[in-house]
Amino acid sequence: MPERERKQRPAPKERADEEVEDLAPSKQGEELKEELDDLLDEIDSVLEENAEDFVKSYVQKGGE
Amino acid sequence: MAVPKVCGIETEYGVALRGAADANPVLASSMLINAYVEHRKVGWDFEDESPGRDARGFAREGSAPPEIETHLVNTVLTNGARYYVDHAHPEYSTPECADVLELVCADKAGERILARSMQAARRLLGSGQEIVVYKNNTDGKGNSYGCHENYLVDRSVPFATLVRHLLPWFVTRQVYTGAGKVGGENGTGHTGYQLSQRADFFEEEVGLETTLKRPIINTRDEPHADPQKYRRLHVIVGDANLCEVATFLKVGATALVLAMIEDDFIDKDYSIASSVPSMRAVSHDPTCRATVELVDGGTISAVDLQWEFLRLAQKYADDVGLEACGGDEVGQQVLERWESVLAGLERDPMTLDGQLDWVTKLSLLDAYRKRDSIEWDDPKMALLDLQYHDVRPEKSLFERLVRAGKVERLVEEADVINGMTEPPPSTRAYFRGQCLATWADAVVAANWDSLILDVGSDPLRRIPMMEPLRGTRAHVESLFEECTTPAELVARLAS
Repeated sequence: MPERERKQRPAPKERADEEVEDLAPSKQGEELKEELDDLLDEIDSVLEENAEDFVKSYVQKGGE
Repeated sequence: MAVPKVCGIETEYGVALRGAADANPVLASSMLINAYVEHRKVGWDFEDESPGRDARGFAREGSAPPEIETHLVNTVLTNGARYYVDHAHPEYSTPECADVLELVCADKAGERILARSMQAARRLLGSGQEIVVYKNNTDGKGNSYGCHENYLVDRSVPFATLVRHLLPWFVTRQVYTGAGKVGGENGTGHTGYQLSQRADFFEEEVGLETTLKRPIINTRDEPHADPQKYRRLHVIVGDANLCEVATFLKVGATALVLAMIEDDFIDKDYSIASSVPSMRAVSHDPTCRATVELVDGGTISAVDLQWEFLRLAQKYADDVGLEACGGDEVGQQVLERWESVLAGLERDPMTLDGQLDWVTKLSLLDAYRKRDSIEWDDPKMALLDLQYHDVRPEKSLFERLVRAGKVERLVEEADVINGMTEPPPSTRAYFRGQCLATWADAVVAANWDSLILDVGSDPLRRIPMMEPLRGTRAHVESLFEECTTPAELVARLAS
């Protein structure tokens, strides 16, 4: 197996910082969840109706 | 020696005619293009096309060019692009670009042109009818259509050398080039999510085909440039990307690897024991931990093999420089992005939401699965997968994510809009585009490497354009300012 250099991988310190961020609870997390819910609602409103039939009707000829 | 990595992308879009009993995709594609092209259509010149020629040194027996259907709509735009019907799809070939940021812009401009075409086609359609296009690569039922990259390569590099280095390259770069797909096709039996739209369809390592038994390395030898000096590497293995970061890295990193091959800088053999199954294994593993077997023994993950290439490329940048890869600034940007993406994939691929298509789409699908408590085989998953690629701005789920600020952009929208009509300044596309913009009526036909002008009473004049980096704005801008007729232009070019 080829040898690998690891010199420029993310330093452990960075990783530790991220973990702290990840654990930071709460409001930020809640806000993110709300934002995501809003986005999903918005996407619901533009999604094609009757998923099964719609997907079934999408048939292409091969290309290239 | 590495030649400048002039590059371009051809995208076949999926097309559906909704609300019509007989939905003919060729007709729908033609309508799109005709509706878009306002000025007199300039035809494509097929004289120099030879898609049956093989890079391994032979022509296909009795080969009538297999890909050419001259009766179909085929046109050239003022931005230097080719917009045409290929098989049963509308296809957009970007103009040749001198660096990858230019190409990201030109590729995005293609999406906007398709969107504008759909809008323009509405006036040609009956009520309740609509033509819709998707920038993806499969209908989910075993029918695939391509997104091909093209790179200018030094002719003196033996094709076998390209093949040796590029097979492991194409197998492993999927970890960031994939556009994501629900399910498996072509008998692979995969369920759930996978990285690539296209991986299931590749059945050979090397070959000339593009529609059957697709090869990872396509051998079409049609340089569209001086054949003594150049090859055009025709890459058929990639997915069509919507994320600008994905397009940027796909083309930018591949250009770097090609430059390293040309400069004989890759000192190890990373050949994979069996590339076709490995291609699928990598695509079928969204954790990016799957390993592939190397010919030299041992196993390695796709991400780790990409680290190997990146370390070499960093060394190449230091030792040789990035002149051939669009210059230092863009080249360094590619190296930095490449590194941060690999680090992200290693830590947690989901951190690349908004940069890579397969992750961005997966993140959306996961949110839905969680909210609605549905499984991968729910039709809604397939619908979300398809509609992510819808090119209509109001229906595109990708576009929703962009508007919500969840997708990183690399180019300004104003530049994209400009790129719909203006050619890139730094290749021969500038000359082609300017001729069309200035004297559309005199341009009888155009091709990548020539242009035919009707200068009035004399015979038609063919202007060869065999050097992709000649005919740039720097070269010919003053000609267009000074010449008042095409005849004058021809005379000045001959002098």
